[in-house]
Amino acid sequence: MAKVNTSPNIKGADDFYAELLALHEGRTKEESDAINARLILLLANHIGDRKILSDAMKKAAAAGA
Amino acid sequence: MNQQAKIFETPLYSYERHPDQDEVTPVRRPVVIIGAGPIGLGAAIDLVMQDVPVVILDDNDKVSFGSRAICFAKRPLEILDRLGCGDPMVEKGVTWNLGKVFFDDREIYNFNLLPEDGHKRPAFINLQQYYFEEYLVDRVRALEAEGKPIEIRGKNKVAAIGQHDDHVTLEIDTPEGPYNLEADWLIACDGAGSPTRRMMGLDFIGRVFEDNFLIADTIMEADFPTERWFWFDPPFNKGQSALLHKQPDNVWRIDFQIGWDIDRDEELKEENIKRRLRQMLGEDAKFELEWTSIYTFQCRRMEKFRHGRVLFAGDSAHQVSPFGARGANSGLQDTDNLCWKLKLVLDGKAPDSLLDSYDDERVYGADENILNSSRSTDFITPKSEISRIFRDAVLDLAERHDFARPLVNSGRLSVPCVYDESALNGPDAVGLPIQTRPGAPAVDAPTKDGWLLDRLGFGFQLLAIGVDVPELLEVDGIEITRLALAPDESSQFRARYLGEAKQAVYLIRPDQHVAARWTDYDAAAVFAALNTSTARA
Repeated sequence: MAKVNTSPNIKGADDFYAELLALHEGRTKEESDAINARLILLLANHIGDRKILSDAMKKAAAAGA
Repeated sequence: MNQQAKIFETPLYSYERHPDQDEVTPVRRPVVIIGAGPIGLGAAIDLVMQDVPVVILDDNDKVSFGSRAICFAKRPLEILDRLGCGDPMVEKGVTWNLGKVFFDDREIYNFNLLPEDGHKRPAFINLQQYYFEEYLVDRVRALEAEGKPIEIRGKNKVAAIGQHDDHVTLEIDTPEGPYNLEADWLIACDGAGSPTRRMMGLDFIGRVFEDNFLIADTIMEADFPTERWFWFDPPFNKGQSALLHKQPDNVWRIDFQIGWDIDRDEELKEENIKRRLRQMLGEDAKFELEWTSIYTFQCRRMEKFRHGRVLFAGDSAHQVSPFGARGANSGLQDTDNLCWKLKLVLDGKAPDSLLDSYDDERVYGADENILNSSRSTDFITPKSEISRIFRDAVLDLAERHDFARPLVNSGRLSVPCVYDESALNGPDAVGLPIQTRPGAPAVDAPTKDGWLLDRLGFGFQLLAIGVDVPELLEVDGIEITRLALAPDESSQFRARYLGEAKQAVYLIRPDQHVAARWTDYDAAAVFAALNTSTARA
């Protein structure tokens, strides 16, 4: 069963995180929500594998609960 | 335009006194059908073409008022071809393949429904339901003229139904008073509000969608192309959706989503509808209204479509949203599935448990339609803030990126149902094309003697492709006739039935669905598959 990779996988984690925040800087909540939704859809399509996507959704829902 | 008005204002099957009304003992008929709509008429034609006498009862005497169902898909057209009435529908209907999707004021994407060639029928035609019913009534009249035992009794309203082990009793009201009739089998095609279902106290369970849609069938000279245009959140109907679709005689189906909290009477006032249309079409647009209506919809079905000797078909059994054209289209697939089974049971050639497979296969079909229809509705009408955010994200991305287009859902248009899990399915052969697997409807293709689907139907057939098989087989009273074909009938035929294989044998059901298939002929295997597909195994 394919699982989403939960080991560190992004080189330059701080840079990535800063870029993610910069993406939202100066935006309204509405604009940010729209960007986030588009980003999720783009990344989901890139991954493609339905099992990995399901696993990622499960982990995303569980992490904050 | 007056000519159209006449079609749905003129009685096509006026009340006439029938000798059955004067019998002291109720007359027993093999099959009685309630409802002379598209599904009831389709069932009657199918049965009488197999020499089963049929009586259709309808509480009215005219075809459908207003356009109503307008979009007929390829599979139902193929079924109508088998019933001998596909041609007038397709000749009158507007053929279309192209759809366009708009978001706000931009066209974001378009699609072609049938890029594949080598099919007799197009993906869809648009045709007003009144024409559709009229042509079916014409077909009934032609069969009557040939001496076939088919009759439509207008202004015959069923007032009570009694169920017995081996028949059904009916109390029928007419303008000249009531009479009783009996039927070995009753088919209820009396629509979403089915009085039959109500009289029998049966549930109709599902989900209600809190939304209203205004239909304005509009007559105008306009140069919109013959395409389906769908708007999400257009400037002329902010926050809602709209649909534009062409019908014959310059009638355009325009459908506005108008929300849940509305004043129906106010919305239906002619001046208010015209105001909406001018916002969409421009202040100078010239048009007349043919038919207007406000609808809400539900996605629901009966738990079982067979209740002893009573069989439900079409909207009486299941109801979906209009997005995807799955109402009348799935109803015709119901009767396509039912009629050959009923014929075998009436002839004593198959046990009546064969009719349980009608229930299994068409409940499966209804669930597929309800699932698709509910998903379309959830996309068109987002139910929460976050679902609207994702919906709009999909639409924004679709404009620039192909990947998002399959996520856009303005109605997943009706495609034929494949009975993958059916107990009637026999063996499959490894390596043959997936689209013609057991349970699937035979896919059309050109052959040297015409379209394949024009050569299939009504009986069991053995499609022998490059394999020697007997011309006629008989298995305990059921015949299987041979249709011998060469592997190279056409490139499409080869791709759809052989793929990489050199030869194949397909057992085809009377409704043109594939029952089983092999890469060589084995008599015992064919006999076993026939018995499986007639519930005799």
